[in-house]
Amino acid sequence: MRQTKTDSLLKFARSLAKTARLMVGVPDYDAYVAHRRSRHPGEPVMSYEDFFRERQLTRYDEGSGKINRCC
Amino acid sequence: MINLGSKLVWAAVTILGAVSLGIVALSRGETINAIWIVTAAICSYVLADRFYGRFIADKVLRLDPTRSTPAQRFNDGLDYCPTDKTVLFGHHFAAIAGAGPLVGPVLAAQMGYLPGTLWLIVGAVFAGAVQDFVVLWASVRRDGRSLGEMIRSELGEVAGTIAMIGVLIIMVILLAVLALVVVKALIHSPWATFTVAMTIPIAVLMGAYGRYVRPGRIGEMSLIGLVLLMASLVFGRHVAADLTLAPLFDYSGERLSMMLIAYGFIASVLPVWALLAPRDYLSTFLKIGTIVGLALGIFIVLPDLKMPAVTKFVDGTGPVFSGNLFPFLFITIACGAISGFHALISSGTTPKMLDNESDARMIGYGAMLMESFVAIMAMVAATTLDPGVYFALNSPAALIGTSPETAAAAISGWGFAITPEALRQVASDVGEASILSRTGGAPTLAVGMAEILSNAVGGKALMAFWYHFAILFEALFILTTIDAGTRVARFMIQDLIGTVAPAFRSTKSWTANILATAIAVSAWGYFLYQGVVDPLGGINTLWPLFGISNQMLACIALALGTVVLFKMKRERYAWVTLAPATWLGICTLTAGWQKLFSDNPAIGFLAHAEKFEASLAASQILAPAKSIADMHRIVFNDYVNATLTGILVTLVIVMAAFGGVAIWKALADPSISARESAIIPAE
Repeated sequence: MRQTKTDSLLKFARSLAKTARLMVGVPDYDAYVAHRRSRHPGEPVMSYEDFFRERQLTRYDEGSGKINRCC
Repeated sequence: MINLGSKLVWAAVTILGAVSLGIVALSRGETINAIWIVTAAICSYVLADRFYGRFIADKVLRLDPTRSTPAQRFNDGLDYCPTDKTVLFGHHFAAIAGAGPLVGPVLAAQMGYLPGTLWLIVGAVFAGAVQDFVVLWASVRRDGRSLGEMIRSELGEVAGTIAMIGVLIIMVILLAVLALVVVKALIHSPWATFTVAMTIPIAVLMGAYGRYVRPGRIGEMSLIGLVLLMASLVFGRHVAADLTLAPLFDYSGERLSMMLIAYGFIASVLPVWALLAPRDYLSTFLKIGTIVGLALGIFIVLPDLKMPAVTKFVDGTGPVFSGNLFPFLFITIACGAISGFHALISSGTTPKMLDNESDARMIGYGAMLMESFVAIMAMVAATTLDPGVYFALNSPAALIGTSPETAAAAISGWGFAITPEALRQVASDVGEASILSRTGGAPTLAVGMAEILSNAVGGKALMAFWYHFAILFEALFILTTIDAGTRVARFMIQDLIGTVAPAFRSTKSWTANILATAIAVSAWGYFLYQGVVDPLGGINTLWPLFGISNQMLACIALALGTVVLFKMKRERYAWVTLAPATWLGICTLTAGWQKLFSDNPAIGFLAHAEKFEASLAASQILAPAKSIADMHRIVFNDYVNATLTGILVTLVIVMAAFGGVAIWKALADPSISARESAIIPAE
């Protein structure tokens, strides 16, 4: 009983952290790695640091002209 | 289908909502508690989501959970990745909720709490949330395409280009008006200016940490930033009290606007990791935290609303913005009721991450209801203030003078009794020299929030702290928007000029980049400066322009939705988007027409120009101008604003025509002609 309570609390905290990261444009790194491994086996997988830089540049660099915030 | 228990629950929600709404709408002459507005709003949203939102999802858009989404088809773990719907809701909400829903309701409060509150609720349920939802759905069905691309493919190449020009205009006005909000809050306020200035070195420090020391550790960066930010907020009080430090952060509006323009230029050519990204982290988290905090504060304190339900200013003579309730209330409150800008977000990153079509209702429709609630809280914060204080904060100096005595006399004369001592007391409570004519919404919201939050935590002693916290929080995300918006505007300018001179398009070319940045910054800088020196406070002129342009974009987005529904042969449900599009069209065109041609110089740009030209011809200087040069500048600005309004009105009419033609063609065509991507079953 106690175990499941901490489990669900942990799960909640993790999903909060995920939400916070996605709010600033960084999706789930684990999901990215899992995707690369299953769909593109043998191909390179970015380290978290590279992944983060790539995401940061995509979100804020105006190259794509996209608007990711509102008034 | 629905069992008895849930029927009873929905009946209870309906009754509670109806009773609250009745109390909000019908009470006159006595103060009501904020709880009734909050309850009425929440019940309306819950019912709207359950019934209207579901109706749109099932009957109008026919969301298909068995159909694969772009996130599944193009999954790359980066741009396209299937995302849990609550996580994506947070992402989408953080992207749509900005300064807009906090400013509009504060300005609209001059007509009392009732008109604004009703429009916020009804507008969000039947217009704003519908727009966000329909655009999100359309984009998901088209591989996550942007609004511009969808308009191009459904309404034609020309319509797409025209819409993009519209977006560029709204961008420029938005940046100017947001910058003006910051300037108005910082004028001769060393405490606020110091803390806002400190966000720059703090962000650079965070950026360096997140790039070189511990790459990508967002949580650590943000925590460091937050601690430093709070430290500078506390230290700001000493700066303001220190005789040598205070003058270093004490500026006039003109100086502040020049500094902001220079800042916008430099910030938008710096690498993103250095300033933009780290400050975005801070502002995003602070924004969400403050919204949650304000909600808690309102629920704990349950303040009374001191503003009457309806004031005499519904007749259009109000000091905050000019013009009658119709159409100007519906222009003043854009974000929170319906914001065309959301159409860009709903066709931006969100559709590329939707895991299942059936999540679109909660994210598209639901997130907008949540934003509307944020706007309701802003309305509560503004109307819990003593009306005298509210009008002192929001009336231009041309109407109330520059001393507490003149202000108290003028405002009491309007029927909102207030003493000069009371105005001085509020200023000293929030740690400022003066609260007069701090137009733009942010300071009003800050005083309201300070009152609510200090009642919840800390009492009077912390009021000045809460006030400057609120100013800091708004300035932080407005500065982030200015930085990011200038970059976007620069790209759009490069793209537009690039259609004539392709070399200009290269974002690798420094000449093109610098030139386009300079154009973008001077465009919004021009309107900002004009607003700062405008004796009527600038907000009075600029905010309606912003509202008209934002609603124009909403018209375009809803027109797209209507066309798509006709093309799918679902015309019997097309009223869902056609009705709000028509209403907004009427509001924008009427407002635009009045801004151009009203005989009243307080409303019509041309009448205002004529009045000043007539005096110029007689070599007279009309207040507020102080010289002949001032007079010429005022006339020139009037013509610029009139031209801009004319362009916006034309855009609405042209886009409506394009929509009409597309609908007519769709009706003549017996087949389904909407260009959705092929159906691929979900995994």
